[in-house]
Amino acid sequence: MNAIPQEEEPRSKNFTSTRNACKLCTPLGACLVFRGVEGCIPFLHGSQGCSTYIRRYLISHFREPMDIASSNFHEESAIFGGSANFQQGTLNVLRQYQPQLIGVATTCLAETIGEDMPRLLQDLREKHGDRVTAPIVTVSTASYRGTHMDGFHAAVKALVEQLGRPGETTGAVNLFPGMVSAADLRLLKEILSDFGLNYTLLPDYSETMDGETWSQYEKLQSGGTPLKAIAATGSAKASIEFGRTLVAGETAGSSLLKKFNVPRHWPGLPIGIRESDAFFQLLSELSGRSMPVKYQRERGRLVDSLIDGHKYIFEKRAIVYGEEDLVIGLASFLCEIGVTPVLCASGGRSRHFEKALREAAPALPGDTLVKEGFDFAEIAELAPSLRPDFFMGSSKGYRTARELKVPLVRVGFPIHDRMGGQRVLHLGYRGAQELYDRIVNALLEVKQETSTVGYAYL
Amino acid sequence: MIELLPERRSQVVRKSSDTPATDLPCGKASTAGSVSQRACVFCGSRVVLYPISDALHLVHGPIGCAAYTWDIRGSLSSGPELNRNSFSTDLQEMDVIFGGEKKLEAALLELIAHYHPKAAFVYSTCIVGLIGDDVSAICKRVGAKTGIPVLPVHSEGFKGTKKDGYRAACEAVYQLAGTGDIAGISPHSINILGEFNLAGETWILRDYYKRMGIEVVACITGDSRIEDIRRCHGAKLNLVQCSGSMTHLAKMLERDHGIPFQRVSYFGIEDMSAALYEAAKHFSDDPTIMSRAQQLVREEIAAIYPELQRYKQKLVGKKVAIYVGGAFKAFSLIRILRLLGMETAVVGSQTGDTEDYRQLQEISNPGTIIVDDSNPLELAKFCLEKDVDLFIGGVKERPIAYKLGIGFCDHNHERKEPLAGFVGMLNFAKEVYASVASPVWQFAPRRANRGKEAVRA
Repeated sequence: MNAIPQEEEPRSKNFTSTRNACKLCTPLGACLVFRGVEGCIPFLHGSQGCSTYIRRYLISHFREPMDIASSNFHEESAIFGGSANFQQGTLNVLRQYQPQLIGVATTCLAETIGEDMPRLLQDLREKHGDRVTAPIVTVSTASYRGTHMDGFHAAVKALVEQLGRPGETTGAVNLFPGMVSAADLRLLKEILSDFGLNYTLLPDYSETMDGETWSQYEKLQSGGTPLKAIAATGSAKASIEFGRTLVAGETAGSSLLKKFNVPRHWPGLPIGIRESDAFFQLLSELSGRSMPVKYQRERGRLVDSLIDGHKYIFEKRAIVYGEEDLVIGLASFLCEIGVTPVLCASGGRSRHFEKALREAAPALPGDTLVKEGFDFAEIAELAPSLRPDFFMGSSKGYRTARELKVPLVRVGFPIHDRMGGQRVLHLGYRGAQELYDRIVNALLEVKQETSTVGYAYL
Repeated sequence: MIELLPERRSQVVRKSSDTPATDLPCGKASTAGSVSQRACVFCGSRVVLYPISDALHLVHGPIGCAAYTWDIRGSLSSGPELNRNSFSTDLQEMDVIFGGEKKLEAALLELIAHYHPKAAFVYSTCIVGLIGDDVSAICKRVGAKTGIPVLPVHSEGFKGTKKDGYRAACEAVYQLAGTGDIAGISPHSINILGEFNLAGETWILRDYYKRMGIEVVACITGDSRIEDIRRCHGAKLNLVQCSGSMTHLAKMLERDHGIPFQRVSYFGIEDMSAALYEAAKHFSDDPTIMSRAQQLVREEIAAIYPELQRYKQKLVGKKVAIYVGGAFKAFSLIRILRLLGMETAVVGSQTGDTEDYRQLQEISNPGTIIVDDSNPLELAKFCLEKDVDLFIGGVKERPIAYKLGIGFCDHNHERKEPLAGFVGMLNFAKEVYASVASPVWQFAPRRANRGKEAVRA
């Protein structure tokens, strides 16, 4: 059942179209960020379908409610502008949900007709000021510009730009983690607290998108970054934003630096030992404390296990795909444990991917293929000749891994074919430990399953 | 408390035994800010055409529309699986400024040369009309160059509702009807319209008709090929299952080719049997068709009956909320649930029409809430008020149910269990039983405090 028929030539063809995209559209990232803010409801200015598709996509991964409002454009809105629908939509959302904040993201439709969002907000306030009981943040997320990851970063930036306030510098730090799992967010909060740091973690969907079963109906799931904490980002003593590709980006951190002079750090996602070391080192500097013993022990156990299992995975070949910064972190970790990433691919196109990746993973072989703006059809076309032992990335690589009869170690987003995508831990020593055990066990399982002997002792 | 938005109140009714059925003002655009469960025009077209497995489906627009619809449905193919890919022109800012026509044409020519599809469908998304692309002209040109039908699907998301997308899909498919050779088609032949082969359901139905001596010319679009669709005008009867999506096609086939159509449902013992008998009656010139149908129904029911009774014992008296895409499915579900001794307390759909909602009111028990184009808050409110034990819906409704400690059955396009036919009835009962009877609910806070409802704003 070759869904993508293979041609003779092993090289990927250069198609004009994108075939099985390894990326999603910008508003998705913005919606997830907004659900990571306390009492915030995401609102898409555009067609009804955008919100519904994005809801379904996020719900299938997180298995949590994900209400996203829409201004629901009609033909008249596309011709005369969506102001009337925007007003009706925001007022209805305020009435139904009583949110603390509305996070408005634009869609390609609104951007194409040139909707002037500040003007729309002004109209709304002029006509219905008394009914606008919550602040409204807007972010421009045309889906023809960038990927879901760009939408994610843009929404974080919009939140601090529109809600951040100046103030005397405090001892607190801002942490903008990027699109990580709910378990990762919980770990980051634990780490920051253990360093004795006050912090703003933005976004924080660790509870909203991985919550408990309710005793009472919750219109918007509780949890998320409080608005007060977002206001405080302007007076923090430093911002940390994960992502080596953010080097030149217009980000929340760069905006806070420009506007409020908050120093900016942008280490890689702390995946694996060295990237985690760098993060913990940075926290030591910012807090004036050395790494708590708990994490020293975690690191120690991790190193011990790497040694215990090193022979099972040495020089195994991996195809890694996903968001650029996630792939950089994963590839860096794989190089540390002796696995060879043979293809590192992303649908994103930051223009910094390969350079940032090679800096993070100096041991990466020169002939490893590093591809930005790549899609799953291209991965599938290259994969057979690369002879991978396993794939690492979202569920969307499953069909290719299956065709090659190699395991897929599911990480990142989306995980639509397993339970617990929101609880996969990637970050810190603890995350590296989890990833390591899963990689080794996936390969041990292959060895066991394909063996004619069937040892129960390996 | 959850209050209905003023604009929404007229789309909710409660069945009353004293007053006659009321007309719901349905079919209109969703209220802005209501968080409708509906999608868009594009979605309507995409779900209908998706199962045509030897066609190229190219989504013309920015990446989202194609990405969110990549290989998510449970529609199976017995042959090619080209439809399981997601092809997009992935429009970028420069394309939006200068137009996407060249990109579309190049994309089509490359994909057709590489994948050799039997036809291509080109879906227009929201911005395509706005940037001035003449998709029809490009389709025509590429069709002439490549020698295959290249069909535009006018599915700009904002130009109407999901129903308009169904219509656009029917129009596109109809371009193919009447172009194939119909020699040798049996006088006892049908098309099945609006059946999408979720989890292999079309195969179950094809087997039934074969056993009755009826030829299925085309199933549109479950496990379909372009060649089948080209010949569909040779069938003598159209059976329309998903009537919301495919009645338009049935009407066009009736108008131009004189093929009568019947609405059918393949869900539940009663509706499944009725569908087979109605077709047998239509072909009354051969009475053996009816006798074979009767034998088939007897055999199939005998095969599932004992196990069905086992589930029924555990399900009797349980209350259910139904929220589905098309209202016609809701009729069947109400009947199925009655057969299992369960009571429907809430029923709604995304795309029902006035007549559908009238009929729903007629067949529902007094007190049943009937709703058009609902949203999460309303659905939660109704579930709490009626204290239901089970929710039947799609992925977007699932967390509403689970968070409130309510069982759930997926009856949408993404499901991987066949629920049609007699065996489907058994699967349905099994799935409902598996959710309702699970011991996990004892730990759900609301179940633990059942009866003490409160809503936190």
